[in-house]
Amino acid sequence: MDVLGNYKSVIAARSTDRDILKKSQDGGIITTLFAYALEEGIIDGAIVAGPGDEPWKPEPMVATTKAELLAAAGTRYTISPNLALIKEATRSYGLDRVGIVGVPCQVQAVRKAQLYPIGLRDVDDKIALVLGIFCMENLSYQALEAIVEDHCNQKMESVRKMDIGKGKFTVYTERGAVSQMPLKLIHKYVQPGCHVCLDYVANLADISSGSVGSPDGWSTVFVRSTKGNTVWDGAIKAGLFETKPMDQVKPGLDTVKKLATDKITKNQKNVDARKTVGLKGDGTPKGLRNPYESP
Amino acid sequence: MAEKISIGELHLSGCTGCLVTLADNYEGLFKLLDDYADLAYALTLVDVRHVPEMDVCLVEGSCCLDDKLSVEELKEARAKSKVLVAYGGCAAYGNITRFCRGGQWNQPGHEAYVPISDVVDVDIFLPSCPPCPQAVRNVAVMAYLLLRGNDEQKKLATAYLTPLMQLAQRGNEACGCDLMYDVINQGLCMGCGTCAGTCPVRAITMEYGKPNVNRDLCIKCGACYAQCPRSWFNFDVMNNYEGVMDAIRGAMK
Repeated sequence: MDVLGNYKSVIAARSTDRDILKKSQDGGIITTLFAYALEEGIIDGAIVAGPGDEPWKPEPMVATTKAELLAAAGTRYTISPNLALIKEATRSYGLDRVGIVGVPCQVQAVRKAQLYPIGLRDVDDKIALVLGIFCMENLSYQALEAIVEDHCNQKMESVRKMDIGKGKFTVYTERGAVSQMPLKLIHKYVQPGCHVCLDYVANLADISSGSVGSPDGWSTVFVRSTKGNTVWDGAIKAGLFETKPMDQVKPGLDTVKKLATDKITKNQKNVDARKTVGLKGDGTPKGLRNPYESP
Repeated sequence: MAEKISIGELHLSGCTGCLVTLADNYEGLFKLLDDYADLAYALTLVDVRHVPEMDVCLVEGSCCLDDKLSVEELKEARAKSKVLVAYGGCAAYGNITRFCRGGQWNQPGHEAYVPISDVVDVDIFLPSCPPCPQAVRNVAVMAYLLLRGNDEQKKLATAYLTPLMQLAQRGNEACGCDLMYDVINQGLCMGCGTCAGTCPVRAITMEYGKPNVNRDLCIKCGACYAQCPRSWFNFDVMNNYEGVMDAIRGAMK
């Protein structure tokens, strides 16, 4: 598979909903799509990264209204274990059509849950819309705290927005301060599990989106599956997005492709290095477990 | 339509939840039995007294070593089936029977229970307690394609079943601790939350982005590890998820 996965179309887009754009990280794609899917009855609810009990700590939540979606809009640079609610959404919440958003590894988990539903009874057919977000790597909450409070010297609770772009991690505070640190300094905080990830743009999502490739305030959108195509066409017809062809925006698809290639090449090297990291008694290399080969 | 395969269920020391799970496919079970598989042997569902020859034998429950009949029937099922499946947590990993120390009614003398792969070779593991109706449906469809399909279907079925066969080779001890030993300790966890969503007894919570297992609650069913996208992730099947899901849906129409 190509580093960008299979897709039917790719386009730069921005939500036409001003309420969403005020809260969203970039083009408001995920929030707008889920709001549309709720409205149209494509989903009964969506598992999203809602607010948690500490500042910037996301907690998975089932959103069934646009207000709840808005409360979850925007990027938190630490993982929200959204899959933890996937069975619960169909039980306690009684959803027959579940939407879920996740980073590439979480989208992989959703597809595994559908093809190999080992312990996820009656879930596979209820997954109605899977949205993916681009992801280079992720951080634990404590790592995010170290970056914001130690490196950027800002209190977590006073931060209005965090953003990654142009080689920098940027923190915007409620009172207007802007703190930055070079992205390469955060690498030591990246979760180890991210170093073996071979997906940048959520190849297995119905629709995946991220800022890379499009101008500020816009997002790059890959429409991937048959279902994703239907939902995207419907949302466009409903006038929910402004769009521009990828070949007419800067920096364009080549940047997405470059970052995807960089990530996958680097991480494939890590996966390969794990095979020979140790030493056997007979002098030959001893490997660590490789999830891409066997359990 | 090619000739049907035959599937049986051997009931050892289990609670019948696995057998009920097969029936929990509702009309899907009728479709399976109409087009793909004859039910050759199963407690209450089939009037066959003795373990017959069969293509696929689903074994439910662990094997009680103190019950000679269990041991004999398990060996007979192995000898008479082409594919032997450890169906559910007890058969695969012992599950709650791992906690048995004898003295229980109505067989106080029965105290030694082992996963079936301590007694016979097992081809496929299908863990969890109970297993999932859709999982056993998928395995039944894939077994049919493997045994009766054309070359392309055989290839798909082989690719699909491979990780479940590898799971059977991995060993028969399971615990929530596997998430520590084989995922987090190995530097593979990225905190997706699947394990917490999967655990049938809610023994797993996500604390600061990583699973925390309450080991007193864990029943050792093996679901969390098998469902984890970092226990295995076979791109050859997953990248074609739409095609595979369509194939299974098509088969069940």
